[in-house]
Amino acid sequence: MSYKFTKDHEWVLLEGDVATIGISDYAQGQLGDVVYVEVPEVGKEISKADELAVVESVKAASEVYSPVSGEIVAVNSELEGEPTMVNEDAMDKGWFAKIKITDASELDDLMDEEAYKAFIEGLE
Amino acid sequence: MVPFAGYDMPVQYPDGIIKEHLHTRAAAGLFDVSHMGQVIVSGANPSKSIEKLIPGDIQALQPGEMRYSFLTNDNGGILDDLIVTRREGDLFVVVNAACKEQDIALLTEGLAGEASVTELTDRALVALQGPKAAAVLARYSAEIASMPFMSFREVAIDGVACFVTRSGYTGEDGYEISIPNEQAVGFCRKLLAEPEVKPIGLGARDSLRLEAGLCLYGHDLTEKTTPVAAGLLWAISKRRREEGGFPGAAVIQAEIANKPAMKRVGILPEGRAPAREHTEITDEAGNVIGEITSGGFSPSLEIPIAMGYVPLAFSSIGTKINLLVRGKPRPAVVAKMPFVEQRYYRG
Repeated sequence: MSYKFTKDHEWVLLEGDVATIGISDYAQGQLGDVVYVEVPEVGKEISKADELAVVESVKAASEVYSPVSGEIVAVNSELEGEPTMVNEDAMDKGWFAKIKITDASELDDLMDEEAYKAFIEGLE
Repeated sequence: MVPFAGYDMPVQYPDGIIKEHLHTRAAAGLFDVSHMGQVIVSGANPSKSIEKLIPGDIQALQPGEMRYSFLTNDNGGILDDLIVTRREGDLFVVVNAACKEQDIALLTEGLAGEASVTELTDRALVALQGPKAAAVLARYSAEIASMPFMSFREVAIDGVACFVTRSGYTGEDGYEISIPNEQAVGFCRKLLAEPEVKPIGLGARDSLRLEAGLCLYGHDLTEKTTPVAAGLLWAISKRRREEGGFPGAAVIQAEIANKPAMKRVGILPEGRAPAREHTEITDEAGNVIGEITSGGFSPSLEIPIAMGYVPLAFSSIGTKINLLVRGKPRPAVVAKMPFVEQRYYRG
């Protein structure tokens, strides 16, 4: 069990067939102070690349696209009252949603922690 | 850093927008606004001449006094908003960065034969804003602290020849200071070494002015909005309303008499989702009636705030409206501005 990353700076943590999704620490740093997170509804079916959530900083709104397909089985409702959790703990308490995945092979293209680190170094 | 009107501008410093914003409200923030245009208008009677192009009562200004005004077009639309200061022998005008070439051309052409227009490209402009700004500058010059709001002085600060105005764009007490380019960096470093002062980026500049209910040109004001619709009639004196004599005067006079079709209002979205610029405003039945022109999050109030234009019938405080945020109608209410009380120095 380890974090996987997308080029859009989302992370995926797979436990059994449930994937937890959030944005990376690098992404929260780029966004700045998060003031609002719109999470999806539990029970919703979502396809890879669909809009999963919207993260709003003081300055702008950014869409978060789902890296996997499946059913939303849980969302982090605590973000409603405490959106800054995304800044404070992006990789753990700042998670957005849990998705029961339908196609584990969708994770094959994602980067592991080391590859993602190299990827963001290449951006700077 | 982001590109802005041909300049590389910092959106935020390492503290981030919210901390920078709150610091400005609590102490003093230093803003580099050198991208703005600084222009001198000189001639036999520049105060009278410039009134051909703007509706501000510039002839009423004494040397050392300043006024907010705007360039208008023949339809009464706003081409730019600006600040005019009367100095002993000329006018010192500060205009928006994105409009400065157009403004200078307009002024040069409009005042040809009466006044000459010169951009001061050799000067930088910084703003020191916040409740501690006066105390900080008093360490360099005693006379600055007692300057009235919206006044101008030429003062040597630490040996640097500055144009100082007690004005700003945050709703706080504060100053804008024009400095010779070659001394600007040293001057800023000195101010930043003061314990109350931190550098503030464009992001907090925007959230501060929105809380103060101040317009941003190109967003809340455009060539399609009139001063009447924008709620800026306070900037047109009785004499100028009656006499006219500026571009679009007939349109503006008619709007004053008959009321404008649309009006700029403050808007408080319910809940925590911010409503950004271009968000559509609907009535309770779902008809689109207007648009948000500035919207974001208020770090001081910790809620979303916005301003936009609605038909006159929807402009009273407390009117319920909906905002189409990502396609979903969300309830909001027309609210009083400023959202955060202005704290200008009144002596």
